Amino acid sequence: MANIISDETIEYVGILAKLELDGQERERAKKDIGEMLDYIDKLNELDTSDVEPMSHVFPVHNVFREDVVKNGDGRKQTLSNAPDSREDGFVVPKTI
Amino acid sequence: MSLMSLTAVELGKKIKAKEVSVEEAVQAALDAIAEKEDKVNSFVTVDAEKALERAGQIQKDIDNGVLSGPLAGVPVAIKDNMCTKGMLTTCSSKILGNFVPPYTAEAVRNLEKAGAVILGKTNMDEFAMGSTTETSFYGATKNPWNPEHVPGGSSGGSCAAVAAEECSYALGSDTGGSIRQPSSFCGVTGLKPTYGTVSRYGLIAYGSSLDQIGPIAKDVTDCAVILEAIASHDKKDSTSIGRDSYDFTSALTDDVAGMKIGIPRDYFGEGLGTEVRDAVLAAAGELKKKGAIVEEFDLSLVEYAIPAYYVIACAEASSNLARFDGVKYGYRTEEFEGLHHMYKKTRSEGFGTEVKRRIMLGSFVLSSGYYDAYYLKALRTKALIKQAFDRAFEKYDVILGPAAPTTAPRLGDSLSDPIKMYLGDIYTISVNLAGLPGISLPCGTDAKGLPIGLQLIGDCFEEKKILRAAYAFEQTREYAHSPLAADVML
Amino acid sequence: MKQFETVIGLEVHVELATKTKIFCSCSTAFGGQPNSHTCPVCTGMPGSLPVLNKQVVEYAVAVGLATNCKITQYCKFDRKNYFYPDNPQNYQISQLYLPICRDGGIEIETEDGVKKTIGIHEIHMEEDAGKLIHDERGENSLVDFNRSGVPLIEIVSEPDMRSADEVIAYLEKLRLIIQYLGASDCKLQEGSMRADVNLSVRESGTMELGTRTEMKNLNSFKAIRRAIEAERQRQIDLIEAGKEVVQETRRWDDAKEYSYAMRSKEDAQDYRYFPEPDLVPVIISDEWLQEIRERQPELRTEKLERYKREFHIPDYDAELITSNKKLADIFEATTAICHLPKKVSNWLMVETMRLLKEHEMEIEEITFSPENLAKLIQLTEDSAINSTVAKEVFEKIFEQDIDPEKYVEEHGLKTVSDDGALRSTIEKVMEENPQSVEDYRKGKKKAIGFLVGQTMKAMQGKADPGMVNKILTELLQ
Repeated sequence: MANIISDETIEYVGILAKLELDGQERERAKKDIGEMLDYIDKLNELDTSDVEPMSHVFPVHNVFREDVVKNGDGRKQTLSNAPDSREDGFVVPKTI
Repeated sequence: MSLMSLTAVELGKKIKAKEVSVEEAVQAALDAIAEKEDKVNSFVTVDAEKALERAGQIQKDIDNGVLSGPLAGVPVAIKDNMCTKGMLTTCSSKILGNFVPPYTAEAVRNLEKAGAVILGKTNMDEFAMGSTTETSFYGATKNPWNPEHVPGGSSGGSCAAVAAEECSYALGSDTGGSIRQPSSFCGVTGLKPTYGTVSRYGLIAYGSSLDQIGPIAKDVTDCAVILEAIASHDKKDSTSIGRDSYDFTSALTDDVAGMKIGIPRDYFGEGLGTEVRDAVLAAAGELKKKGAIVEEFDLSLVEYAIPAYYVIACAEASSNLARFDGVKYGYRTEEFEGLHHMYKKTRSEGFGTEVKRRIMLGSFVLSSGYYDAYYLKALRTKALIKQAFDRAFEKYDVILGPAAPTTAPRLGDSLSDPIKMYLGDIYTISVNLAGLPGISLPCGTDAKGLPIGLQLIGDCFEEKKILRAAYAFEQTREYAHSPLAADVML
Repeated sequence: MKQFETVIGLEVHVELATKTKIFCSCSTAFGGQPNSHTCPVCTGMPGSLPVLNKQVVEYAVAVGLATNCKITQYCKFDRKNYFYPDNPQNYQISQLYLPICRDGGIEIETEDGVKKTIGIHEIHMEEDAGKLIHDERGENSLVDFNRSGVPLIEIVSEPDMRSADEVIAYLEKLRLIIQYLGASDCKLQEGSMRADVNLSVRESGTMELGTRTEMKNLNSFKAIRRAIEAERQRQIDLIEAGKEVVQETRRWDDAKEYSYAMRSKEDAQDYRYFPEPDLVPVIISDEWLQEIRERQPELRTEKLERYKREFHIPDYDAELITSNKKLADIFEATTAICHLPKKVSNWLMVETMRLLKEHEMEIEEITFSPENLAKLIQLTEDSAINSTVAKEVFEKIFEQDIDPEKYVEEHGLKTVSDDGALRSTIEKVMEENPQSVEDYRKGKKKAIGFLVGQTMKAMQGKADPGMVNKILTELLQ
C-alpha cells in the first residue's frame, strides 16, 4: 500500500469532518482510506496537463433571482425539527 | 390478475376508464406491501392513511375532469432521499431518523400535480452511498428474485418495490448508477435523465454535480411517461436546464432502422460475467435484426471513471453532509461536553461506516496541500471522459453495454471489500461524470434465475434515442415478473 | 532604540442593501423575531438549493467600478467549509478562485493632508452568517438565522496602510463611496460594515513583512484605533523581548481594551474550498458592464459641484453636507419640500451636529424625516414660532420625529401676534414695574430690555420679540 494513513491524519481529518472514530473503526478507516487513495492514484497515469478542470458539464451561466421578497415568517417551519429550541432560537452549547 | 402486475400506464388507463377506482388501486398496493414487506423490506415509511385519503381526493379530481393524465390515481413509492412535506424523510440514516421536511421536492410535487398517490418512502443505501442497499440504518432490502441476494443500490428499495409489485412505479436517484444498477439487479426498467432535466430541489444531496432523479418502472413506456411528468425547468435549482421539448413518449416506436449503435470494447473486458456478456450481446443482435447498425468501438478511459468519481462525489458529499450536526434537525447525541464534542459525537453516532468513510476521504482530498493533486486532477479526468463520449456520439446514436458486470451478489458479500463494490459501478459511473442519460432494462436472467440488465447510453438531451432503442428491444421479449410478485398473484 | 513601522491591511465586510438575501427570497430587514426571516435555503435544510440574487452582482460590480477594480467577467462561487453553529450548512458560499473584482484602489487623505493610494486586492461576494445570542447565565447559546444569507461583499485591501489614521481615512472613504452607490448603509455599530485588521510590524527601513495577526470584532472607529495601537505595541513588545509573533486570529474586547487569541484545537483553519456545484458561473458581458456603469449614481465630487451650482450654498456647507450620503439625502429631500436650501443646511450643520454629538450618535443613525424638518423651517419662515421655540421643537423632531405643526399646536407654542392680547400683557407688565417705566421715560433707554424680558416671560416665550419691542416703545412714549 503506497498511501499510509497515520493516526495523526485520521485525527486531523476527524477535526475537519467532525468525526471521532474509536479503536477498531479507526484502524478500518486507516486501511480503507489508504486503499482508496492507492486506487485514486491511478489517475496519475493520465496526462492532464493541457486539460481544464470541468466542474459543470454544461455551459449554463447567469441563473438569477430578482430581488423581491417572497418568503413570510418562516419560524415555525425552520424550528419544527430542532432537537432543542428556546425563544425561537436553536439551542447549542455555549460558543464563547 | 393483480392490479399490481399492471404497468403504471395500464393501471392509469383502467382508472380513467372507471374500471378501477383510485382507492382500489391504492388499497391493492397497500395490501401487497403488508404482505411482502417482511420478505423484501423495500420501504422505510409507509403512510397508508395519507395514501387512502389522497386516493379519495384524486378520485374526485378525476371524476370532475381536473385530472386526466396517464398517472392520475396510480400509486407510487419515493426514494427516501427526496423531501416530502409532513412525511418522514430519513435517507436511510439514523442521523435523519426523525426528520419531517417542511417542504416537498420539486420532482415529487410534479408527480403530485399529475395525480400520483404516494404510498411511502423506499429504503436505500444510507445517503445513497452504496451499491447494495445494505448500508441502510433500517436494515437491508432483499432482492425480490431471491431474498439471499441484494437488490443493488442505492435505489434498491425503489427497484425492489417495483419488482415485488408493491407499487406501480417509483422514483430513484442516480449519482453513479444508483437507478440503473439496482434496476438491472431487480429486473425492472430505470432511467437516469440528462443532468439538469429533473429538478434536484428537495433531493438530499450526495454528489451535487452528479445527482439526478429518475423513474423506475416495469417498462420503457412507463419510464417515458413518468419522465414527462417529473422533468421541468425549475427556477429553484440553478443547475436545472430548460429543454426545448419535454415530450418523451413520441419516441416509443418500434423502429430502429438505421440507428447507429456503438458497443464499447472496453465494457467487455476483464471482470464481466459471461452470462451477462452473452445476454447483452444477444440484445444487441436483436436490435441489429430490427435494422440498427451495430459496431464495436473503443471508448477509452473507462478504468479512470471510478477513481475520478470517488474523488468528486466524496468531496462534494463531505461538504453536503456537514449540515447534519445535531443543531437544526435530526439526531443529536444525548451527552456531550461543549460544542465540538456535540458535533463529533452526534455525527459519529448518527452516520454509518460507509458514510463516514466517504466523508473522511472527501475531507482529505480537499484538505490543504491535496486539492490540486486529487480534486483538480479528478475534474480534469472528468473533462477527458466527457470528450471521449463526445467523440463517440459523433459516430453513434446510442452506446450499448451492460448495466453491471454481474448479476446481484449475495447479501453480505460486497461490504467487506469497498474497492470491489465500487468496481461494480464501472459501466454506470462515467455516464454521471459526463451528465448523460442512460437507461437499464431487463435482457435476460442468469443460471441462478437472477435478472441481467442492458444499458443504453445517449448523448446529452437525447433521451428519446435511448427510449426508442430500449422500446424496440423491449418488444422482443415478455416482461418477467419476479417470484415475489408472482407470490400474490395466486 | 529601534524604530518600528506598522503594516496594515484590511478585510472589510459590507452588507449589501438588497431587499432579499443572496440565495433566497427572505427579507434582509433588521429586527423581527429570531428565525422569522428564514426558509429552507438560509437554514441549510436538506435538499434546499441556492439561487443567486442578481442585484448582489450589480452592487458588487458597482463597488468594484467605483474603487477602480478590474471586473472578473467570468466569475464563480466556491464553498468554504468550517463548522460553526451560526453557519447553517457548515459551509459558507463565497468566492476564492475567481472573485468578482480585482486589482483596484482608492485615494485617501489623512487629517494632516497627506494623499496616498490604498490598493484593493480583491472584492468577493459571499453570504453572511446567523447570529448567536449568548445566554450570560446558562451553558447555552441560541442561534438566530435571520442574518444568515444576507449578502456581503468582502473588500480585501493590500497591506498599504501604516497607521490608524490611514486606516480610518480608508474606511471613511470606502464608506462614503459605498453609501453614495446606495450599495449599503455601512453602519459599523449595526454591523453592516465590519473591518478585520491584519497587522504586522517591521523595523523601519526593512522591506520584508513581519508575521501578521488578524484582529476581529471591531465595532467602531474608536475600537479600530484602540485595537491598532494595542496590537502594534503588543507585537513590538514581543519582538523586543526576543519572542516570536504568532500568526493567528485575535478577538478585540473593546471594554477591556485587550485582545486574545481565538485558538482552538478544533479549529484547523483548513477551509477545503472547492467550486460550488449548486451554482453556475456568472458571466458579466461588456454590455451588462456598460449598463451598470451608466447607472452609477452621482458620486461625491459631482454632487458637491451640483450643490454649489443648483442650491447656491457656500462651499463650506456643500463640503460638509456631501461628506455623508445620508446627510446629503436628507438635505435634498428637505430642500425639495421647502425650497430653502440655506436654511436646511443651517439646521443640518448646526443643530443636527450638536444633537448628534450630545447623543453620541452617527449620522447614519438619524431617524427624523425630511418632511418634519421642512415643516419646522416653514413654521419659522412664517414667524409662527420664534427661534428659541424652533430649537426646542427640533430636539423633539430629532429624538422622536414628531410632526412640528401638531406639536406646536398641542403645546400652544405659536408666537402670539394678536395685537390686543400682547398689548394687554404689556400694559400689565408696565403696571407691575413702574420703576422701569419711569427709568425709561427719564432717558434710561436700556430699561426697555428688562420690560421685554418680563413680557416674554409672561407670554411663556411665545411672543414675537420684535413686536413686543414695537408695542412697548409705543406705550412708553
